[in-house]
Amino acid sequence: MSKSPFWLKTLAYGGLAFLHFPIAVILINAFLAGDGEKATFTLRWFHEALARDDVITAIALSLKVASVATLLALIMGVMAAAALYRRNFFGKEAITTMLILPIALPGIITGISLLSAMSMLAITPGFWTIVVSHATFCVVMIYNNVVARFRRMPHSLVEASMDLGADGFTTFRHVILPQLATALLAGALLAFALSFDELIVTIFTAGHEITLPIWLLNQLARPRDAAITNVVAMMVMLITALPIIAAYYLTRGTETVEGSSR
Amino acid sequence: MTIAVEFSSVSRHYGSVKAVDSVSIAIAEGEFFSMLGPSGSGKTTCLRLIAGFEQPTSGSIKIFGKEVANTPPYEREVNTVFQDYALFPHMNVLENVAYGLRVKDVANIECMKRAEDALALVALAEYGQRKPSELSGGQRQRVALARALVNRPRVLLLDEPLGALDLKLREKMQMELKTLHKKLGITFIYVTHDQGEALAMSDRVAVFNRGRIEQVDTPRNLYTQPKTSFVADFVGTANVVSGDLAQLIVGDRQPFSIRPEHIRMDGTGEVSVNGVVADIQYHGATSKIEVDVSGQSIAMVVSNTEQPDAQLPEIGKNLSLCWSKTHMVMLETA
Amino acid sequence: MSTLALRPLANTLYRNNNLFLFLLLTPPLLWFGVAYLGSLFALLWQSFYTFDSFSMSVSPEFTLENYRSLFDATNLDIILRTLGMAISVTLACAAIAFPIAYYMTRYATPRERGCFYVGVMLPMWASYIVKAYAWTVILSQQGILYWFINHLGLTNGLNQVLQLPIIGGNTLATSNLGRFIVFTYLWLPFMILPIQAALERVPSNLLQASSDLGARPGQTFRKILFPLVFPGVIAGSIFTFSLTLGDYIIPQLIGPSGLYIGNMVYTMQGSVGNMPLAAAFTVVPIVLIAIYLKMAKRAGAFDAL
Repeated sequence: MSKSPFWLKTLAYGGLAFLHFPIAVILINAFLAGDGEKATFTLRWFHEALARDDVITAIALSLKVASVATLLALIMGVMAAAALYRRNFFGKEAITTMLILPIALPGIITGISLLSAMSMLAITPGFWTIVVSHATFCVVMIYNNVVARFRRMPHSLVEASMDLGADGFTTFRHVILPQLATALLAGALLAFALSFDELIVTIFTAGHEITLPIWLLNQLARPRDAAITNVVAMMVMLITALPIIAAYYLTRGTETVEGSSR
Repeated sequence: MTIAVEFSSVSRHYGSVKAVDSVSIAIAEGEFFSMLGPSGSGKTTCLRLIAGFEQPTSGSIKIFGKEVANTPPYEREVNTVFQDYALFPHMNVLENVAYGLRVKDVANIECMKRAEDALALVALAEYGQRKPSELSGGQRQRVALARALVNRPRVLLLDEPLGALDLKLREKMQMELKTLHKKLGITFIYVTHDQGEALAMSDRVAVFNRGRIEQVDTPRNLYTQPKTSFVADFVGTANVVSGDLAQLIVGDRQPFSIRPEHIRMDGTGEVSVNGVVADIQYHGATSKIEVDVSGQSIAMVVSNTEQPDAQLPEIGKNLSLCWSKTHMVMLETA
Repeated sequence: MSTLALRPLANTLYRNNNLFLFLLLTPPLLWFGVAYLGSLFALLWQSFYTFDSFSMSVSPEFTLENYRSLFDATNLDIILRTLGMAISVTLACAAIAFPIAYYMTRYATPRERGCFYVGVMLPMWASYIVKAYAWTVILSQQGILYWFINHLGLTNGLNQVLQLPIIGGNTLATSNLGRFIVFTYLWLPFMILPIQAALERVPSNLLQASSDLGARPGQTFRKILFPLVFPGVIAGSIFTFSLTLGDYIIPQLIGPSGLYIGNMVYTMQGSVGNMPLAAAFTVVPIVLIAIYLKMAKRAGAFDAL
C-alpha cells in the first residue's frame, strides 16, 4: 500500500479534529473555574452538581429508563431475531422494515404519534411511557446485532446439541446463549446509550418527568447555571461513551474474523 | 437379523423439489452402510431424516422397529458426526465430548470418565483441555466422533465426515473408522460423494440419484453388476454405450456398460469394434486411451508395466478394440 | 442441569415449528404492528380531522384542508427552508466524509483505522443535546470561535460573510451558517461510516486492475471507485437527510428565527393544539423520505447499509 498524499491525510485528521472539537470544549469547560478570563483547574463544580437534587433525580431517572428499556428491547429483539434469521415467509420483509421504522423515521414523528395515541387512550405520560417509547427504537439495535451473530453461527451447532440429547430449552441455554452472549451485550450497551441520551422522542412521552437530556435542554435557558451544566454534560458524555467503546471491542473480534475471510 | 433403520416409501419435498422421492431401504444392525451420490441427490437429506432434523413429507421411518416420525432428535438412539464437525466453540474438547451426557443428567464423575474414555478411543486423551479452535482438522474430526459415540448410540450417522481432510489423512481415517466399526459392532450409516471411499469401507452401498435410490448392493456387485447407466458411470468409470453405437457393436439398442480395463487391443474377445485414437493420458501405473468410435468416445486403460510405452498406439491411428462378452453388463433402459 | 420438566413443552414446540414461530413473533408484532404502527396510523388519520380556529378545538370531520394549507405561502416557506437545509447539510457531509473514509480504508494502518473508527463512533453516539449545547457555547460571541477569529484578525472577514443574504445573520449563533455548521457536525459520522463500509467492500485488486489497464489515479477514482462507493454515499445521505428534516431542537437553539418542519409540528400539537395540521406536517418528511428512499433503492443503497 502506497503512502498517502499529504492533503488527504490533512483532510482526514482535520475531519476527525472537527468531530472532537466540541467534545473537547465540554471536557475542558467542566474543569474550568471562573469568569471567562481567569481559567483555573477545579473540581468544585462536580461537588456542586452532585449535591443538587434535580441533577441526581434526572440522572437516576435516565439510568432507570435506559435499564428497563434495554431489558424490554433485549427480549423483543432476541425473539424477533430468533424468528426471522433462518426462515423465509410471507411478510418477513415487512416485519424487518417495521422494526427499523422507529429509527428510520424522524424522531419527532415517533414521538408525536405515541403521544397522540396515549392521549387517545387516556394514558398519563410518565416513567412507563418513556420506557415504552425508548424500547421501541432500541429493539432494532438488539435485533441487528443478534441477527448478525445468528447468521454467523452454523446451524449445525444447534442440530449437534439436539442430536446429543438436548431439547430446545437446554440447547438455548448451553449452546445458543453462550454464542450470542457478546452480541447481546454489545446490542444492550448500544441500546442503553441510545436510550440514555434520547431527547427528541422523550420530550413528547415524558409528561412531567425530567430525564437527563431534558434537564440539559432546560439548562440552556439558564446561562448563569452554565458551570453546573458543563459538568453534567461531561458526565452524560462519559456515561454514553463507555458502553460504546465496550460494544466496539466486544464485536470487533468477530468482525475481524469475518473481514479476513473476504 | 435385526433391522436397525427402515425406510418405507419415504419422500421429502421442499415445495416442488423432491429431495427424497419414495425411498425404501432396510439397514441391518451392525452394518456399515453407505449412501453414495452426487451433491443434491438426496443422500444427506436421508441421513437428516434418520437423525430427526427433517420430517418426511410422506412414508414411514422406523428405528429398531419404532416409528420415529414424531420423535425429536434428542429422543432418538442415533448420533451424528457432522460434515463441519459442529464442535461447540465455547467449550473445550472434554466438555464437548461430555455434553451429550451432561444434558442427560448423568452424574458428573461418570460423565467425565466416559468422556475421557471416548477421547482415548480416538487417541486424543491428552487434548481434553484444548479449545476446538486449537486443533487440526483431523483432530477435530476425531473429537466429533468421540462426542457422537459417548452416548453409546445404536446407530452412528456420518455426514461426509472426511470431506474436509486432505487425501493422505483421509485414507488413514478410513482405516480407523473401519476398525472402530468392527470394535463397536454398531450400525454405521455413512454419507459420501466419493465412490472410492464408499467401496473401500462399506458392507453395502446405496447409490442415490435425483432423490431416488438407483441400486443397493455390496461394493463388489455395484462395480461388477451395475443395474443402471448412472450406477455404471458413477461407481468407477465405465463406457456406457447405447442407441446407434450399441446397435452397431452388439446388434441391439439396449444400453450396456464395459469397464475401460476390460477393453483390449490384442484382438482377443468376442466383441470388437474399430475406432481412431483421439488422446492418450499418462497416469503413472496405467495409461488411458480415448478412442473415437463413430463420434462417441470410448476409454480404455492399459497397464504401463505390462504394456511398455513403445507399444502404445499413436494418436490419429486406427485401433481395433475388443472385449469378452462376460465383461459386458446390460443396463436397464432409462 | 437439564430442563426435563419442560420436556413436553419442548417437544410440542419442536414438532410444531409454526407454533414456535408464532409464539416468538407475537410479542414483537403486538408491540410494533399494533402499538407503534397503530399510533402512526392514528396520527395520519387525525391529519384529516377539522380544526376550528375559533373554538381552538378538533372535530372528527373529514377534510383535506390541512393538506391544502401546507401549500400556503408561510407553510410552503417552512417546508422549503427545511428541505434546503437538509440538502445542503447532506452535500456538505458527503464532501467532508469522503476523504476521511477514504483515508481510513486505503491508507490508515490497522491500528490507525481502529482509532479512526472509535474516533468516529464516539462523537456519533455522544449525547445529542450535549453536542448541541457545546456548539451554543462555541458559537456564542464570548465563545472560543470568536476568540480565535479576533486573535487571527479575521473579524472583518467574518462580518462580511455574515452580511451575505441567506447564510448570514447578526452573529454566528443566529445565522444560517451557524445552524448549517451544527447540523453538518451532528450528522457527519452517519455519513462517514456507510461510505467507509462501502469503500471497504471494494476489492483492492479492482483498483490494481484499473491502473494495470492504464487508467490514471483520477480516472480510476471516477470510473471505478466512485460508482462502487456511491451506494454508500446514498445510504449515509438517508440519515443526514432524514435527521435534518425531523429536527426541532437545533433550529430553536442556533440560527435565525424562521420555523422548521419539526418546530411547526411541535408548536402545532403543543401550544396551539392543532393536532390535525401537526399531523399533516409530519406527512411532509415521511413523503420526502419515501421519495428519497425510492431513489436510493434504485441506486442500490440498501446493499450498502
